[in-house]
Amino acid sequence: MSLLKQLKKQQQFCIKCLATIFIITAFIAWSFIHLGLNPFNIFSSDTSSNIIAYVGRFFSPDLSMPFLMKIGNGIFETLSISALATLLAAIISLGLALPNAGRFGPYAKSLTRFICNFLRSVPELVWATIMVLAVGLGPFAGTLALTLHTAGVLGRLFGETLENHSPLANRALIHSGSGKIAAFLYGTFPGIYPQLLSYTLYRWEMNIRMATILGFVGAGGLGQILFYELSLLREPKASTVIIAMLALVVVVDTISNKLRVAQLHSMG
Amino acid sequence: MLKLAQFEPWLLFNFENLEVIGNFLVQFFPPNHDEGFLWIVAGATIETLAIATAGVALAILIAVPLGLIISHSLSISRIGPGSDYLFSKLIRFSARFLMLVLRGIPEIVWALLLVRVFGLGPTAGVLAIAITYSGMLSKVYSEILESGNTLPSRALLVSGSGRIAAFLYGLLPSTAQELASYTIYRWECAIRASVVTGFVGAGGLGQLMDQSMKMLNGGEVSTILIVFFLLVLLADHLSLLIRKQLT
Repeated sequence: MSLLKQLKKQQQFCIKCLATIFIITAFIAWSFIHLGLNPFNIFSSDTSSNIIAYVGRFFSPDLSMPFLMKIGNGIFETLSISALATLLAAIISLGLALPNAGRFGPYAKSLTRFICNFLRSVPELVWATIMVLAVGLGPFAGTLALTLHTAGVLGRLFGETLENHSPLANRALIHSGSGKIAAFLYGTFPGIYPQLLSYTLYRWEMNIRMATILGFVGAGGLGQILFYELSLLREPKASTVIIAMLALVVVVDTISNKLRVAQLHSMG
Repeated sequence: MLKLAQFEPWLLFNFENLEVIGNFLVQFFPPNHDEGFLWIVAGATIETLAIATAGVALAILIAVPLGLIISHSLSISRIGPGSDYLFSKLIRFSARFLMLVLRGIPEIVWALLLVRVFGLGPTAGVLAIAITYSGMLSKVYSEILESGNTLPSRALLVSGSGRIAAFLYGLLPSTAQELASYTIYRWECAIRASVVTGFVGAGGLGQLMDQSMKMLNGGEVSTILIVFFLLVLLADHLSLLIRKQLT
């Protein structure tokens, strides 16, 4: 009897899963039809010769010294945009974390939660476009854009860390007569500090990646050089920039992987 | 570093700048709700959905073979004392390199390049997402295949079955759920990404937003932003629903 039931259940599950697969397939098919895209026909003969000619122009990257210096400068600009933005965002988020964790009552909590969600859900590129209007073209606009977005993300993460942290040490200090601020600094902060640091570093990694492309809307860094060179149809130079971007991403990826493994090992 | 980033906070309070940004932000309220414009936004939203779906579908087609090639758990050369596996090592290495290039270059850069080949419009967006996401998906597929229970597939390989049979009978049954759920999660990310690629002219909501931004039309921008949030929220819930359905 129970076997029969089980079999029936299995059968039912399969009908459901077949239906899901059917719906997904239909959705995919609809997407291609709606866009007028034939996946087998994207690379028709006339476009493919076009593509090959276009790609060919990328295979002679411009390695002249002055241009390499410019790219080196762009890399440093990208790094400093991301570092500065992450630092500023971390400082702002520390301020947001306290109300966000409900330390100043429920109203302050829902207000900061709303602010964080708002800052977080506007994409960096949109912030960058707005900031370019506010402070003009250049890396400062990129820094501000990344700061705003990251403050939203970190504000929420910091707040959650604070909420999940055990309040025992803090309470013990308050009960034995210490002030609120001292209790926070000595009771709570040392406990959450490593977590905050690791969130900040993780966001920095993402911001480096983001800072390379913010330049597309004129917010400085490597992206701005790439956009400029591509607009002038100078593919060799553009290809050098793309290689630099790729190298930057790979280096950052490797370092953060190594750090993560090291951290895992140190934690046992 | 402060100098390199041209850190000049006083620019924020420059009168002319304040006037420009102020005028722009004031227009955000009320959001533009002309019927004609709303229809355009609806069309762009559907286009964004279609771009993300088509892009991820193409990405899966590329990512599955790449993931299978890269994954260690399907490697015959790793099982026994082999004599000469230089060839297969070379293939694996080049597949890894290809994956790195696909994944390492951000999707918006791909979109910018592809717009020059295919012209403005959704084709470039679909391909940009297909390229970047095939790199990401193949990496994660190979990791999932390695982290699962590899004993059945190993047993099959040792007793002489082919790689594909070993994958289908040894690995897929235990990892299918994780693979599917990760793919759907990526689809959700692709929706966000397709808005971003639109900024360089690759179709969808992003392209519309870029146009409105350039015309400093705050009302339109705020409408599009609201629709974007709703879309992300919807995708979030839909992907949760499908993932629950699969378990």
